[in-house]
Amino acid sequence: MAAATDWGEMSAMNRRRRALSSENLAFVLFVAFMVIYPLMADEFSVGNVAYFLAMTLLAVSLALIWGYAGILSFGQTAFFGIGGYLYGIFALNYDWGGATLVGIVVGVLAGGVVAATLGYFMFYGGVNDVFVGLTTLALTLVLQTFMAQTAGPEWAVGEARLNGYNGMSVPQIMVGDTVLFGRQLFYFHLVLLVGVYLILRWLTGSRWGYGLLALRENRERTETFGYNVRFMQVQVFFLAGCIAALSGVLYASWGGYIDPASMGLTAAVTPVIYVAIGGRRSITAAVIATMILLKLSQSLASSAPEYALVVFGALALLAVLFVPEGFILSLLQALDRWVFRGGRRRRHVAPQEPAPAQPRRVS
Amino acid sequence: MAAIASPQPTLLALDRIAKQFGGVRAVDGLTLTVDRGELRCLIGPNGAGKSTIFKLIMGAEQPTAGTIRFDGRVINRWPTWRRAREGLSIKMQIPGVYPELTVRDNMRVAAQNHIPMGSMEDETYRLLARVGLEHAGEELTKNLSHGQQQWLEIGMALSASPQMLLLDEPTAGMGPGETEETARLVQSLNAEGTTIVVIEHDMAFVRRVARNVTVLHLGRVFAEGTIAEIEANERVTDIYLGRT
Ligand SMILES: Nc1ncnc2c1ncn2[C@@H]1O[C@H](COP(=O)(O)OP(=O)(O)OP(=O)(O)O)[C@@H](O)[C@H]1O
Ligand SMILES: [Mg+2]
Repeated sequence: MAAATDWGEMSAMNRRRRALSSENLAFVLFVAFMVIYPLMADEFSVGNVAYFLAMTLLAVSLALIWGYAGILSFGQTAFFGIGGYLYGIFALNYDWGGATLVGIVVGVLAGGVVAATLGYFMFYGGVNDVFVGLTTLALTLVLQTFMAQTAGPEWAVGEARLNGYNGMSVPQIMVGDTVLFGRQLFYFHLVLLVGVYLILRWLTGSRWGYGLLALRENRERTETFGYNVRFMQVQVFFLAGCIAALSGVLYASWGGYIDPASMGLTAAVTPVIYVAIGGRRSITAAVIATMILLKLSQSLASSAPEYALVVFGALALLAVLFVPEGFILSLLQALDRWVFRGGRRRRHVAPQEPAPAQPRRVS
Repeated sequence: MAAIASPQPTLLALDRIAKQFGGVRAVDGLTLTVDRGELRCLIGPNGAGKSTIFKLIMGAEQPTAGTIRFDGRVINRWPTWRRAREGLSIKMQIPGVYPELTVRDNMRVAAQNHIPMGSMEDETYRLLARVGLEHAGEELTKNLSHGQQQWLEIGMALSASPQMLLLDEPTAGMGPGETEETARLVQSLNAEGTTIVVIEHDMAFVRRVARNVTVLHLGRVFAEGTIAEIEANERVTDIYLGRT
């Protein structure tokens, strides 16, 4: 089996090549920059970028569900909101040490469970493609409308007043007796982002990840290879729901506040636009795009607030029309071709390539 | 002969199967059995219901009436993925490869549920070698020729070591050389014990590989027999061979 050995070496080589991609390198550089950033920036900027980091997780959840599993969801914003509210409700009701950490888990799981429940009814009910987009958008808007009418005092869960559009005040995250803020909170967000990234890297390279890739391309065919496609769709919807909810937990605890606008139409569409501009097929691209576009959005907001959405809409349109892989992912792929020569390039097989000359012997 | 000695020679039994698409009766009370170890060809004019039967066997479509038995069990209610895990494998008429994935990733996707990860590299290599694609592992599948894609798909279907392999027009779009290659592959697979049902329009191919031929017409079995009997049957010539 000499040939099989060659094969093994070849694929080991390819694994090394794949590991040494611009995408991975970009993520490592990004993290390295984030690690030193708080040491050179002022307190306000550190807090501000900590907020960006919290929002990147929403983009990560979209890259997973849309880019990786091929399910365009506008519900990530709903799970984001559920995470934020549930964390807040829990943290307002319990004040023993570590309660806020348990609250994070509660918020995350709440988002995941709602996602899995909705996913179960959608995918086992045969809802797919554009109808998933519509159904999830409906969920987001229904939740927003519901939360908007919770202004009265009767809308309270224990100590937690929901407060409608006035917003609910949300306790900050505490580790033991220490409230996390400033640099500590920044690094807390960064560690969670890196953790989620590593888990997803591992999952997407696993059997399950390959299955997802296949069902993104062709659901019916993938089922004939023995994949329980609907169950896998529910699983990935659960996971993406958890990640979106984590983003919501971090957002709400960072600002000490959450309101129904976090689940509005604009809030639902914005991350989709960010991820489309950056490149939905890549978690790295989604993260970096979100960081840059949030920064840009803030700059625009101070000079010409009404233009932010116009600019992003135009960028998204450009991306869809001319750079469907997204600007950042395309840039990284171009770098791959130039720097890591051939790392991603495939030889083209001439369509006329003759059939194997020898009859295939039964091995 | 072993098949006769075995307690249960029948591997697949379709009993009065019907499938209605709106006003179209694609399959109309069809009864068909396939024994273990057989290499059966299904022929019939366009729209006879051949591909629909495969979809019903695989569970991609549900019959409006009738029962499907596989390996002694009624599988009507089994989801497609379970049928795949219990030994049914298909190469569909419309190419069912993943064009955006590499050849090797295609193979891995097909093999994952059947082959332990430890031997994945060797097994995918062996399967690709079997269909003549061992040197194309890193190609994007959309860059392969049509014939190569068909072979890849057959290789993918094989990764499950299926009890029964369903091939829907495996030589469509192939030249004579490629067709001959495919015929050899199909025969050697059958010789190793895989039960195979092939849908084909290419009569030269059918003549070359099949012992038993079933002719379908209007969703029913029109005639059944050896290739010689079928070709001698004038009524078959009228409906089928006459169409060219
Ligand atoms: N999903 C569907 N919806 C409606 N009608 C369908 C569907 N699938 C098949 N049909 C109809 O059922 C009949 C049988 O189709 P089928 O694909 O099984 O034929 P076939 O024997 O495979 O033909 P061919 O040799 O052209 O591949 C045709 O009239 C076809 O139009
Ligand atoms: Mg057909």
